[in-house]
Amino acid sequence: MSRRTPRVPPIISRVTTIVCLLFAIASSVHGTDIPLDQRRSGYLDLGHDSKAMQDDDTINPAALWVQDGEALWNQKTGAASRACADCHQDATISMKGVAARYPAFSVARNGPINLEQRINLCRSEHQQAPPLASESRELLALSAYVGRQSRGMQIAPPDDSRLVPFVEAGRKLFNRRIGQIDMSCAQCHDDNWGKKLAGSLIPQAQPTGYPIYRLEWQSLGSLQRRLRNCMSGLRAEAYEYGAPENVNLELFLMWRARGLRVETPAVRP
Amino acid sequence: MARPLINVPAKVKRGQVFEIKTLISHIMEPGFRFTTTGDKIPRDIVTTFSCSYNGEEIFRADLYPAISANPFFDFFTVATEGGTLDFKWVGDNGFSETASAKIVVE
Amino acid sequence: MGETRPGATRRAVMLGGLAGSLAATIRLEPALATPERMRAAIRNVVGEASIRKGRVDLEVPPLVENGNTVSLAVSVDSPMTATDYVKAIHVFNEKNPQPNVISVHLGPRAGRAKFSTRFRLADSQIVTAIAEMSDGTFWSASADVIVTLAACVEGI
Repeated sequence: MSRRTPRVPPIISRVTTIVCLLFAIASSVHGTDIPLDQRRSGYLDLGHDSKAMQDDDTINPAALWVQDGEALWNQKTGAASRACADCHQDATISMKGVAARYPAFSVARNGPINLEQRINLCRSEHQQAPPLASESRELLALSAYVGRQSRGMQIAPPDDSRLVPFVEAGRKLFNRRIGQIDMSCAQCHDDNWGKKLAGSLIPQAQPTGYPIYRLEWQSLGSLQRRLRNCMSGLRAEAYEYGAPENVNLELFLMWRARGLRVETPAVRP
Repeated sequence: MARPLINVPAKVKRGQVFEIKTLISHIMEPGFRFTTTGDKIPRDIVTTFSCSYNGEEIFRADLYPAISANPFFDFFTVATEGGTLDFKWVGDNGFSETASAKIVVE
Repeated sequence: MGETRPGATRRAVMLGGLAGSLAATIRLEPALATPERMRAAIRNVVGEASIRKGRVDLEVPPLVENGNTVSLAVSVDSPMTATDYVKAIHVFNEKNPQPNVISVHLGPRAGRAKFSTRFRLADSQIVTAIAEMSDGTFWSASADVIVTLAACVEGI
């Protein structure tokens, strides 16, 4: 259930939060946005070996998916018997910067779509091929390969007024209490990042490196999978893959991470 | 799909000790996990990994379920003459995968 | 009866694909007192020979952020010549359902007695590496590793 709290100036919001905490009553629903210069990637909190795994393509398990993605990129498929490369040529050139500006607005869907949905749209529209299943090896491989071409670039959400209502919808979701635990994303990731929760460090939840090789999964996975894990953690019923809530959240999170650099494919615990 | 990833130096000097890195996709299901309905998920792991240099075995590993998914190995060998490194992974359920890499020795 | 320490039980729950519910219904393989099993597994390899401490460098992170993927590097001080080399390196653990991790077979052609891989630790425990030399001697090193658990795992 969402509550409509009027926006108040940041200083009053902060004082309110502190007062509420002092009385141990978390009445504030809106998290306080992290100041732009204090935002940081979860990479910085990794152990030494995990950082080394991410930094070196010869030892990063995600490289296996990137390699597969490259093969798929060049493979003719669908009734049109067309490869991604037939239209997009060399991905290292044509896909540079693409992942950094997704999710983007889709006229066909009249709303935002993420990179995986864009890949599937291309498949149906231009390759006459069936969509790849969510979290399938092929879809993750293509997403990782395309995402890899934006590595090092700054996340640059499109300056598109059509996206504004969807970013706002994502923001509301981020601030909404959910689940049996009855907490919002913002309460941990805006208000308490850097602190420990049952021995684990709370990150800011900046999705700079998706799809990630998550050590817990021992596999590559998308941001939606990770969001569903988060919701399970709060004992909430997670949104289905491809649900508009997931895409709006993704859109909001990438806006929140604007300017941070893409690390795809990253390694995370 | 899911070919192994091999990393060796492009060129080595005779007598030089050089590093070989390998990565392969494999779930390495340990056989100690249960489904939500209580059924045991059967073991499915790579059991042996070996590397031969111009036909002679230079490295062999016997793997147990404790090895992580997507097994990674980093090991060394001495450059003798140029030729081929052959890699082989063998595992449960008839799993068998091979790869090779050329070695140029100057 | 499976282990009842909270850490091991939670790991079992996560491995069983359930989201951290009270683990009364989840069972691991019945485990013996596992430090003994590790000793037995080591004896299986080493036989009656004595095991000396030293010459083996076992690199494992002291604090691991996820027990599913722990970096492991073992190197042994040896000239790796035709007459003096490391025949094998065996790695063991104390508290996983099985005491063996890996056995690596080397020879003079290795040039350097060193290898790296990634392995799983079900709980905070001791890891031991034993090097088997060409002269029949055995050398060992151990490391104590603390394993922390990931946040927000899959329940669905």
